[in-house]
Amino acid sequence: MQKGSSGQRELSKRWENIRRNWYKFSRNSLSIIGLVVVCIIVFVAIFAPYISPHPESAGKFINFYEASQCPSLVHLCGTDVFGRDVLTRIFFGYRFSLMMGIVVLSLVVPVGVVLGLIAGYYRDSWLDTVIMRVTDIFVAVPPLILALAVCSVLTPGIFHAMMAVSLMWWPWYTRMVYGVASSLKGEFFVQAAEVTGASRTHILFREILPNCIAPIFTKMSLDMGWVILIGASLSFVGLGAQPPTADLGSMVADGSKYLPDQWWIAVFPAFAIMLIVLAFNLLGDGIRDMLGAEGE
Amino acid sequence: MITLVNIILNIGQLKKYFVTRQGIVKAVDGISFFVEEGETFGLVGESGSGKSTVAYTVVGMYRPTEGKIIYRREDISRESKNRSHTMKKEIQIVFQDPGTSLNPTRSIKQILEMPLKVHNISKNHKDRIAKIKELLEMVQLPVDYMYKYPSMIGGGEKQMVAIARALTTNPSLVLLDEPTSALDVSVQAKIINMLIQFQKKFKLSYLFITHDLSLMRNVASRVAIMYLGKICEIASSSDFFKNPLHPYTQMLLSSIPVISDEEEELKPKKIMSTGEIPSPVDVPSGCSFHLRCPKKMDICFCEDPIMVEVSEGHTVRCHLYTK
Amino acid sequence: MNFMPKPLLEIKDLHVWFKVFGGILKVLDGVNFIVWPGEKVGLVGEMGCGKTTTMKAIMRILPIPPAMVPKGEILFKGKDILQMGQTELQQIRRREISMIFQDPTAALNPVFTIGTQLQDAVRFAEKSGRNTEKEDIRTRAIQVLKEVSLPDAERVLQNYSLQLSGGMRQRVCISMALVSTNELLIADEPGTSLDVTIKDQILRLLRELAEKRSTSIILISHALGAVRGMTDRIYVMYAGSMVEVAKTKDLFAHPLHPYSQGLLTATPRLTGGGIGEGIDGHIPEYISPPTGCRFHPRCKQAMPICKDKKPPFFKVGENHEVACFLFQNYR
Repeated sequence: MQKGSSGQRELSKRWENIRRNWYKFSRNSLSIIGLVVVCIIVFVAIFAPYISPHPESAGKFINFYEASQCPSLVHLCGTDVFGRDVLTRIFFGYRFSLMMGIVVLSLVVPVGVVLGLIAGYYRDSWLDTVIMRVTDIFVAVPPLILALAVCSVLTPGIFHAMMAVSLMWWPWYTRMVYGVASSLKGEFFVQAAEVTGASRTHILFREILPNCIAPIFTKMSLDMGWVILIGASLSFVGLGAQPPTADLGSMVADGSKYLPDQWWIAVFPAFAIMLIVLAFNLLGDGIRDMLGAEGE
Repeated sequence: MITLVNIILNIGQLKKYFVTRQGIVKAVDGISFFVEEGETFGLVGESGSGKSTVAYTVVGMYRPTEGKIIYRREDISRESKNRSHTMKKEIQIVFQDPGTSLNPTRSIKQILEMPLKVHNISKNHKDRIAKIKELLEMVQLPVDYMYKYPSMIGGGEKQMVAIARALTTNPSLVLLDEPTSALDVSVQAKIINMLIQFQKKFKLSYLFITHDLSLMRNVASRVAIMYLGKICEIASSSDFFKNPLHPYTQMLLSSIPVISDEEEELKPKKIMSTGEIPSPVDVPSGCSFHLRCPKKMDICFCEDPIMVEVSEGHTVRCHLYTK
Repeated sequence: MNFMPKPLLEIKDLHVWFKVFGGILKVLDGVNFIVWPGEKVGLVGEMGCGKTTTMKAIMRILPIPPAMVPKGEILFKGKDILQMGQTELQQIRRREISMIFQDPTAALNPVFTIGTQLQDAVRFAEKSGRNTEKEDIRTRAIQVLKEVSLPDAERVLQNYSLQLSGGMRQRVCISMALVSTNELLIADEPGTSLDVTIKDQILRLLRELAEKRSTSIILISHALGAVRGMTDRIYVMYAGSMVEVAKTKDLFAHPLHPYSQGLLTATPRLTGGGIGEGIDGHIPEYISPPTGCRFHPRCKQAMPICKDKKPPFFKVGENHEVACFLFQNYR
């Protein structure tokens, strides 16, 4: 009986926290625009097979009767040289973009954050030196070149592109968390936990990590946009998704051959890339406002 | 007649030096004192005196450079990670700034639960919640503060949570590093009275650190005053305030703001504070106080005085008394 | 002929509200405050009572959204500061009213030398505006540094704020306030972040300077002891309004408002005797403050009327007024 009511109080406090966070987020209308656009894109990507006007255009499809048609009511963004509807391919292209972002971040964030926590907490010990010097090595290589090198060695494909991007992305999380963790190490609440006898795991994951959440989440939402852009760049040079997969980067690459006459084949996919990157940036700003400055 | 008194903490020639880019900081430079069981021992000093460093070394945040820390009969002159798990229950600390001593991303419930979990004090979740409620009631905070975060409660209330956290493990020695300096006078009164009650109820010994001499007068039974890492004078509370011997003690007493004429009478009139406090990197030679001392003699420039007992329980480290 | 001196600063029924998540914080609830020329006034109140907000309102440095001033006047030499235009306001800030903030480290810019900042202050304060010679500015800067007893003034000019100790930084801030021959100096808890011996020196310095220049001072503190030797009159503030004002001696000898009495009993004394009880309860939430007298939930002597109406100042003696219904029929 008592546990129920205390659980209820906990829930209502959590709800109040959510409402307070929403208030902070919604102060800037641009962040709301970012959130709305991201939601639309996610929705579109998930339900692409059902809501796209010409779902067959996504895969192997050739229809020379309708090839290279300008944007019209039937084909809102026109068709490409194979007769495939560009808008549909954009919808399906978003699937790959989002997948790239999600997969890369799911790999990179846990690894980067844990390494950063350990290096920061054991600052000035051999552990710190080893981890951070390895991080430095990866950071020193220009990112796109690293990705290109990896992709060229392995067979081009979306999976390898994701691996390549992951490999060059994790050090940034390590560095960021390292900075926060090593400064928090001297804070009194961490010392209080240490002298009470808390275990290392508790201190790393229960005391220090929650204080890193704000910059981590902010960076993650901003990163989504950048990962997508890097992935599109790799596809643009042919190292990402292979034809006939609908992928925004390769669509821009293919379509660029037909500029400026059949401009819609390249311009709409490029605009789609810009839209998703911008939306995630705005969303990231809003998240930073929400999680950032605390209290009055 | 000899009264047997239990000594709970015995500090012998404790030194803590820090190596920094500017040189060696002798934060604590050879201090000795003891705390009797059940008493409140006061440690007074300004910034750079080393009083907080003493507390941090005793609780185990720092490793002593030299010297001994003896708790009851056990030698604990080590960092906390090298001490036994039970020792971490026995000695607890309350920090000065409640804003930074509580993790802002953890709720009060989680903060109080941590020591319970670490030392397996309650058997299951239900028992822990009950114990947390008991603790909150003890410090006179409403029970549903459990679900609040530190940023949502006031400074005084945060400090009460910090005190509750310290008492969770049933310690015997509590170090209080300026527990009320950041708080208002009315909140301070409440907390101090609460601390005094707890001392009687749980038979606690306190090492109480503050720079507020008026507060010290009403809290401590014996007082030691520190300057640049060394103790200048130790005396019982009434001796310390009625008959201060060391010039620094007199200077400090003459500077404090008081609110009544009787207190003005008590303050030493003659010594006005002058000069800046030197940095602990650059400790003056001889007696470290000689640059600001109005009663300095030639010997103070070159030789550091030693502690002498002037009357029972009253020791001073000053050339004026080493005859 | 009766010559009634005019107050230098008069705050009449000032209300200041802040818009936040969840509603409006009604912080200042009708503040009445007077400073006469050449007078030293203390303002004592605990954290969160609104003293810094009041001072910021005087200097008009409140962040205007979310802050708002729905009612009230701040009359400086008869003119309402809240209605002044930017030029007039700037004149006031440069030459007439100065403020010394609580934390000298935060008040000084760490990337500029003390000399740059101090000379900027001199330049803005000079009546002749931009045409003052560099040499004159520098001389004046050194002059004010010497006035605050900073040793080796030339070297201080070249230092950065981080190279100075806390006490020296506070003296620099005071010198910046003294650069112009101003009429009113507002000192917000000077010396709070400093050691006791240094704080004592700073307070003594402020008193000497005020007496030498016959400047009025408003000294803000959260502890009664700090204002005792320094002021002629003291205001006690609680939760957004003044509850008692008296001559310093009278306040310490006969505090009348239950809150003032509570503060005095709670202050530890050098003579020993234990610590008084403190005041039950805590500062009210400004989002839904108590009706009537804001102190009534914590007051042991509360009466039914205290919940309904806010008590105005009742005169109980020469220069002694209390905002409490216990004294409404005092003669």
